[in-house]
Amino acid sequence: MAYRKKAELAGSDNPHQIVCKKMENLIGLMQHDRSGVPVRTVKKFLSKIPSVFTGADLIQWVTRNLEVEDQQEALHLMHLIASYGYLFPIDDHVLTVKNDQTYYRFQTPYFWPSNSWEPENNDYAVYLCKRTMQNKTRLELADYEAENLARLQKMFSRKWEFIFMRAEAQAKVDKKRDKIERKVLDSQERAFWDVHRPVPGCVNTTEVDVKKACRMNKNKPTTSGETASSSSATPMESLKAEAETLRARLDRVTVKSSKVAESYLGYFEQYAEYDAFVTPAEPSNPWISDSTEMWEAEKQNKEIAPRRVRRWAFSLNELLRDPAGKEQFFQFLEKEFSAENLKFWDAVQDLRRQVHSKEVSTKVHEIWNEYLAPEANCPINIDSKSFEHTKTNVGGVCNRWTFEEAAAHVYQLMKNDSYPRYLRSAMYKEFLNGTKKKTSVKGLRSVISFTATRKES
Amino acid sequence: MATAAEPSTAVLHPPATVQTSQQDTVESLVKEIEALKIKLDEERRKLNDVALSTIAQRLESVGPVNIKPRRVLKGHQGKVLCANWSLDKRHIVSSSQDGKMIIWDAFTTNKEHAVTMPTTWVMACAYAPSGNMVACGGLDNKVTVYPLSFEDDVSQRKKAVGTHTSYMSCCLFPNSDQQILTGSGDSTCALWDVECSQLMQSFHGHSGDVMSIDLSPTEMGNTFVSAGCDRQALIWDMRSGQCVQTFEGHEADINTVKFYPSGDAIATGSDDATCRLFDLRADREVSVYTKRSIIFGVNSVDFSVSGRLLFAGYNDYTVNIWDTLKGTRLGILYGHENRVTCLQVSPDGTALCTASWDSTLRVWA
Repeated sequence: MAYRKKAELAGSDNPHQIVCKKMENLIGLMQHDRSGVPVRTVKKFLSKIPSVFTGADLIQWVTRNLEVEDQQEALHLMHLIASYGYLFPIDDHVLTVKNDQTYYRFQTPYFWPSNSWEPENNDYAVYLCKRTMQNKTRLELADYEAENLARLQKMFSRKWEFIFMRAEAQAKVDKKRDKIERKVLDSQERAFWDVHRPVPGCVNTTEVDVKKACRMNKNKPTTSGETASSSSATPMESLKAEAETLRARLDRVTVKSSKVAESYLGYFEQYAEYDAFVTPAEPSNPWISDSTEMWEAEKQNKEIAPRRVRRWAFSLNELLRDPAGKEQFFQFLEKEFSAENLKFWDAVQDLRRQVHSKEVSTKVHEIWNEYLAPEANCPINIDSKSFEHTKTNVGGVCNRWTFEEAAAHVYQLMKNDSYPRYLRSAMYKEFLNGTKKKTSVKGLRSVISFTATRKES
Repeated sequence: MATAAEPSTAVLHPPATVQTSQQDTVESLVKEIEALKIKLDEERRKLNDVALSTIAQRLESVGPVNIKPRRVLKGHQGKVLCANWSLDKRHIVSSSQDGKMIIWDAFTTNKEHAVTMPTTWVMACAYAPSGNMVACGGLDNKVTVYPLSFEDDVSQRKKAVGTHTSYMSCCLFPNSDQQILTGSGDSTCALWDVECSQLMQSFHGHSGDVMSIDLSPTEMGNTFVSAGCDRQALIWDMRSGQCVQTFEGHEADINTVKFYPSGDAIATGSDDATCRLFDLRADREVSVYTKRSIIFGVNSVDFSVSGRLLFAGYNDYTVNIWDTLKGTRLGILYGHENRVTCLQVSPDGTALCTASWDSTLRVWA
C-alpha cells in the first residue's frame, strides 16, 4: 500500500493544503478522547464492527462545537470533509454524511489528501485485482469498479501478469493481519480509492484549479535562485520602492473610521429603496414574477416613475447615468446657456474611451477647436491655470488625457453650480411630481421650445 | 512629453523626501522600513476610533433573506469558469473549461450563441456595454473579441486583441466597446485598444499572478483595482499606469475584488476563507467576514445595489450572503454541486448569477 505522491506541489500556501490543514484541525477536535465524537466498537450478530460512530452522533457534535447556523450547514460541512476522505461511511462508496444511524469511520493520517497523493492506474489495478482474490462479500467489487478493472486489464494486458503477482503478494500480507485490524484497514484503503477514483457522478475533490496549478509550477524555479536575476529590481531597489510606498501612505490624508462608517450607512439609507434584495422591486421582480413589465416601463421615457426621478437628486453622477436624466439636464443647461459644458464633458469621455488610438490626435484638435480655441464654436469657460495647462498639452504630444484637468474643472462647475440649480428648478420639480396630469401644457411647451433652440444651434 | 493632468479623484501627496546616498545601505533601509511600518500602524490605529459593526448596530436588520433559484442554465459540458451580465439585464455570457463560450438569454434560458474556442480553460469572458460584442480568453494567454450577430458564424469574425505572457485570468470593458482591460498570470494588467489591437497601457506592480480586476464606478472612471496571488489589492490610475494605493491583510491568494457601489471601498475574497472590506478614504481594512465553520476559499464577490449585501461564492459549493455593515452572515445559498467560481449581481440589481464547476449557471432572486 505504498502509492505515488505528487512531485512536491506542496508548499504551505497551496490552496489545497490550506483547506486540508483546516479540515485536519477539525478532525483533531473530533478525535479528542473526551470531547470528541464518541467512537466505539459495535457488536452485530456474531461479528464486531470496530471503531465506528454514527452520523447522528457526528452531526450532534458539529452542531454543539462549531458555530454552524443549522443542521443543514452541519451536514454540508461534514459532506465536504467526507468527500475529501477524512471520514467515510463504512458500507458505501459514495462519500457523504447522513444524520442517521449509518456507521462512519475516520481515515488514517497516512491516507489524508494533504500527503499529495497522485496514485497511478497500475496501483489502482493492483488494488482492484487484490479485492477479487479476497473471497469476502464486504470486498466484492461494485459495478463501476468491475468495469474499471476490465478497462485496466485491457490497458495493461502485457503487464497484467506482473500486476496480478503484486496483488497476490499484497493479499498474502493482508491475510496475516489481525481480523479486526484488517477490517479497518480494508475500509480505509477503499475510502482512499473512493477519493481518488470516485464513483461516477461524485465530485472529484483532488482536481485543482488550473490557475493555481500554473502558479505552483511557476513558483518552483523562482525559489532556486532566479530571484536575483529575474526582475530588473535588485533587492536594494525593491527595498527603496517599499520605503517610498510606506512614506507615501504616511503622507496620505486619511479619514476616521467613524466617518467612513457613517458614509456607508448613509449610502445604504439612500439606496435601500432601489436594492431589489432589500426592498421588493416595483411593479414586480421579473425573475420572480416571470413578467418583464418592470423592464418595459424603464424603457419608456414618457412617464418616468417618481422613484427613478428622485434618484437624480443623489448626485450628478446618478443624473448623468440615466439617459432620461441626462436629457433633462441637457435641456436645463440649454435654457441656462451653459449646455457646452456637458457637450465638452461628453466629448472628453469619448476621447478617453471610444476613440481609436490612431485617431486620438485628430480628436484632440477637434475638441480644442470646438470648445477652447480663441475662435471656438462653442466656447467653455475654465480658469486660466487649467486653460494654460491644456494649451501646453495640446501643443505637445496629444493623448487621451490631454483635457483631464479642463474636464475635471468643468465637471466641478456643473456639479457645484448648474446641478444644484437644476434640482431647485421648476423643471425638475415638475418631473418629480410628474404624473401625466401635472405635465401641463406649459411644461410641454417649454420642452418643445428647448428642442427648438437646440436645433438652431 | 505632455504629462497627464493631476488626478482629480486621487489624493495628492507631496514627493517623498529623498534619502541621501550614504544612508542607502541595505541595513539602514530595512531598519527604516520597519520604523515606517510601525509608524503607519500607529497612525492608522489612531484613526480607527470605532468599528463599522458598532456604528451599524443602529440599523435595523435586513432579512430574513428570501432568495431562491429562479433559473438553471444547462448546456456547458465542463466546469463553468466565468460569467458576465449584459447591460440589457437579461443576457449572460459564460465560458467553460471545455473551451466553449455560450451566450444565454437567461430570462428564457435559451442559448443564443455557442462558440468553440481553440483552447480549453476559458477563464474569463465579458460582455461589451453595447451588447454587440463579447471578449474572452484564458490558457491561450490571449484576449479575443467576438462580434455577435445572427447572420453569420460568430467565430468567423473573431479578433485577437492582445496577448499576455501567461494565462489571462480576468477581463472587462471599461465603459466602452473600444477598450479592454485584462489581468494575467504574468502579474500585470493591460489596457488594449480593440480596433487597433494595440496595447495602450500596461500596469506593473504585482509580484504574483493577477486574479481579478474591477473598474471604479465613480464619475471619472479612471481608476481600477486589481488583486492576486501576492495577497495585495492595488488601485491604479489608468491614465498614468501608476499604482496609487495598496491594500494588504489577507493570509493567502486573493481570488476576487470588487468595488463597493459608491466607489469608496473594495471587497476582496481569498483562499484564506475570508472576505474583507478595505476603505480607500481610511486607507485600511474596515471589516472582515469570516466564521469558524467556513474553511474553504472564496472565488467571487459582489454587492447588492445599496452595498448592504455582500454575496460571496466559495469552493464549498455555497454562496454566503453577508451583511456588509453589521459584518454578520445573513444566509447561505445551497444548490450548486461543486465549487462556485463566479458570481455577479445583474446590472439593475434584481438578480444574482452564479457559475460553478458543476457545469451549470444559476440565477437567484
